[in-house]
Amino acid sequence: MITAERKPLEEIFEMLVPYRRIAVLGCGTCVTVCMAGGQKEAEELAAAISIHRKKEKQEASVEAFTIERQCEFEMIDQVAERLKGFDVILSLACGVGVQTLVEHLPELIVLPGLNTKSMGYPVEQGVWVERCLGCGDCVLHLTQGICPITRCAKSLLNGPCGGSAEGKCEISKDTECAWHLIHDRLAKLGLLKVLDEIQPPKDWSSSHHGGPRTIVREDVRLESGK
Amino acid sequence: MKAGSNLEKVINSGQFAVTGELGPPKSADVSMIKEHAEAMRNYVDAFNITDNQTAIVRTSSIGVAGVLLQMGLEPVVQMTVRDRNRIALQGDLLGAVALGVKNVLCLSGDHQKFGNEPGAKGVYDIDSMQLLKGFKDIRDEGKFIGGDELEAPLSVYLGAVANPFADPFEYRVDRLEKKVEAGASFIQTQCIFDIDRFKRWMELVRERGLHKKVAILGGVTPIKSLGAARYMKNYVSGITVPDELIERLQGAEKKKEEGLNICIETIQQLKEIEGVAGVHIMAIAWEEVVPEIVERAGLYPRPKL
Repeated sequence: MITAERKPLEEIFEMLVPYRRIAVLGCGTCVTVCMAGGQKEAEELAAAISIHRKKEKQEASVEAFTIERQCEFEMIDQVAERLKGFDVILSLACGVGVQTLVEHLPELIVLPGLNTKSMGYPVEQGVWVERCLGCGDCVLHLTQGICPITRCAKSLLNGPCGGSAEGKCEISKDTECAWHLIHDRLAKLGLLKVLDEIQPPKDWSSSHHGGPRTIVREDVRLESGK
Repeated sequence: MKAGSNLEKVINSGQFAVTGELGPPKSADVSMIKEHAEAMRNYVDAFNITDNQTAIVRTSSIGVAGVLLQMGLEPVVQMTVRDRNRIALQGDLLGAVALGVKNVLCLSGDHQKFGNEPGAKGVYDIDSMQLLKGFKDIRDEGKFIGGDELEAPLSVYLGAVANPFADPFEYRVDRLEKKVEAGASFIQTQCIFDIDRFKRWMELVRERGLHKKVAILGGVTPIKSLGAARYMKNYVSGITVPDELIERLQGAEKKKEEGLNICIETIQQLKEIEGVAGVHIMAIAWEEVVPEIVERAGLYPRPKL
């Protein structure tokens, strides 16, 4: 899933200053699960904005509602007319949701209420970890399911650097050394030999470094070559 | 001979090699580093020039290497993969060689969060192994990483680093072997304070015969004060400082002298370990003691080859 965190309230208050009729739009999928942008968070944020505006003696009407996914045109369509009644939409979706709204309904002013963090999962209640960078050329078969691109702070492909100590990364004692984990897992599986091979430089053109990526599947397109 | 550098000649002659480390300044005023280099002139075989070490912005290693070459001194240009992609790294290799650089040391580099630009984008396009292999292929195959051919051949003596004090310990010799295969002719190690662990690592190195394939230069650092020892123990990534060493310094009346004694004793022990080909002295911010260390360790005068 995509993980995100709400922006600091002060930053949100500041970006909303020019607007009077405000919609706080929650998103019902990833950001609901990571407790950043679901209906509950949208309502709480709407209340905080209302109180702030009253204190500042700046008039505002704030409403909170949620759609299942802000990253699908069909679901945006369900509330399109309602959205057009506001001066601004404060989107509590990830960056994809904000942009889908703008692309689909260009007449809207849409601002981000969240900072999108990563692709990851909740390792325990209240802790979400990053596990995939979307590099476009998965290497998890080489490392037995532990991603060095994402989890090594230097995205190394040929084993741990000299900063790995007692299983921890040099950047923080709270960060596990991905290559230590990979080493131990390969050792347990009797596959340590895999590490002897020099992995060639990665082709980053399949990642964002090759420019924004588009997947085209002619086999499932409705209008081919559109 | 790969490049015929002085360092390569000393190593190939079988004599105990001595390299020293110079850290470029946080300015373009290189007068101090020139002074340090001059003072070390006849005491080391080559000078490592660090590459924005600990991710702090400094005069570039290639720039300072150029200054040293003008002085008739031999640099070992350090190149990390933190700040440059493969295009810049390969271009800088060509530039360095064009200036007259013969020794290049390939390393990962400390993470940018440790430096004075913690918000910098870390590049890490390739890793240190791939850098080493890439440079070896440029030299031996006449080809860039992407496969394009060089217009003219070049020679360079390639080195890498090893940290016997990092974990997992048992992997550290595998990694050394991989670096030898990737193209390292010489290895400089992280600072040795825990000599017992270093000896254990060397045993594993000898078991695989790696000491015959690569010249291992043990890294040493003279400790100036108790505070410096504690700082290295707690805050410098990749360094292990045993408690006994801290206690020894604590008990000493003259800390500086004791720090120097420890460093010289370490070198003397290194000279006795089979397969250690030399010493790399990293007296950062204490460069003026290098001649005394070299002399007292019985490594002066340096061979003229």
